[in-house]
Amino acid sequence: MDVIVDNFPAYLAGFSMTLRLTVVSGVIALIWGLVLAALRVSPITPLRAFSTVYVELLRNTPLTLVFFFLVFVAPQFGLLAPLGFWTAVIALSAYTSAFVCEAVRSGINSVGLGQAEAARAIGLTFGQTLSMVILPQAVRTVIPPLINVFIALAKNTSVASGFATVELMAAGRRLGTQNPAEIIPVLIGVACFYLLITIPAGISAGVIERKVAFAR
Amino acid sequence: MSSVLYDAPGPLTRRRERIGSILGGLVVLALVGLALWYAAGRGVFEADRWDVLYDPPKNQTAEDVWTSMVVRGLGATLRAAALAAPLALVLGLILALWRTAQRRWIRLPAVVVIELFRGLPVLLMMFFALLGFGWDAFNAVVFGLTVYNMAIISEILRAGLASLPKGQAEAAYAVGLTRTQTLLSILLPQAVRTMLPSLISQLVVLLKDSSLGFIVGYAELLKSIQNNAQFFGNEYFIALFVIGASIYLIVNIALSRLAVWIQRRTTRTAAPVVPVAVTMPGSI
Repeated sequence: MDVIVDNFPAYLAGFSMTLRLTVVSGVIALIWGLVLAALRVSPITPLRAFSTVYVELLRNTPLTLVFFFLVFVAPQFGLLAPLGFWTAVIALSAYTSAFVCEAVRSGINSVGLGQAEAARAIGLTFGQTLSMVILPQAVRTVIPPLINVFIALAKNTSVASGFATVELMAAGRRLGTQNPAEIIPVLIGVACFYLLITIPAGISAGVIERKVAFAR
Repeated sequence: MSSVLYDAPGPLTRRRERIGSILGGLVVLALVGLALWYAAGRGVFEADRWDVLYDPPKNQTAEDVWTSMVVRGLGATLRAAALAAPLALVLGLILALWRTAQRRWIRLPAVVVIELFRGLPVLLMMFFALLGFGWDAFNAVVFGLTVYNMAIISEILRAGLASLPKGQAEAAYAVGLTRTQTLLSILLPQAVRTMLPSLISQLVVLLKDSSLGFIVGYAELLKSIQNNAQFFGNEYFIALFVIGASIYLIVNIALSRLAVWIQRRTTRTAAPVVPVAVTMPGSI
């Protein structure tokens, strides 16, 4: 296990890259995903159609294919994606936003019809209905699935290692080739760093889910 | 949903919505048109960028190209998925049953295995097999897909078992069935049935994840796009990519539709309605 201690700086550099990828792509995916969800419930048909097609396409495409497109195919269009961090952010956030959209939409749909009907019956306007009755209820059901989407994003950042971004997984591979005899401890070290993100996040999703659970 | 939020739209609102639709449509059309115009300016639609699909250069026939993509590329993708999926289902089932054990210390190893494997990237597990155990790329892909998906599948089954009404188990005990009999003949069949749509969506995820084989050096569909482009020239990347991406979309959308169809069929008769989870590769 000395190999982990000796190469701690390399691990930390990879880990901080993984964290940065997760946070930056997460924020962009959250914003873009909310826009997509808003388009998807909007009364304007073409925008709804655009959002539906986007979400269906990205959900049924492997993330590797999105990376592959940006790194190998887009340059043939003349779109030169800068290799490394921002390519990975574009691929990850384009992909994750489709799942953010789905999570938000299912949350809005989970609020009972009677809630909106009751709000209208007591004379609330559209804005009041949405902001005081629907959204507060939607948010609490949406947070646990959203956390799961972000956990998945944290793990998916590993795909960037296959496309010239040196994050945790790539750092681990490098250390592995330098220390071929101790490759299993090196990879166990990588695993521990991923678990450092995913297990606390998973537990908090579970706690929040139990806290907000209520009978509908 | 949105209709309950407003009153029934009057003539003014309906006119506004119509104008909004037309404007929105124009915006979307303009964006698509702009993209097409840009691509055309770069020569994307010229025949010599696409003839690899019907009349390839370098003394190859169209059949060679299509065989390498559809038969060898997609074939390799499906082969990895076809081996990993049943393995993951069986192991996931065993883990789910193991996890229901009454004694804590018997249950504990199953809990650890599930939490561990679902918290790690699939790619990392593929590298464990490839570099750590020194396996070949195919086995590494199958290993990664199997251990990750067995953890997720056992969680799906556990959720299915938890969603059953308590009376099912109580009735089984009341007629004198043992715990094992209750689990195997009463609870599990119902859990599998209610969770069938989620299980199928997880299989779609498994199939999508097989494309990670590209990174560990397994010659699957993505690799066949790259190999063909390297052989025929990079200007064919777009044509080859369009075909490869379409193959993925067709297979995955067909499987997703199957999940929705099965859900509709099962919810008609089965008692508890469990919504299909939003499955993202890697989501817990």
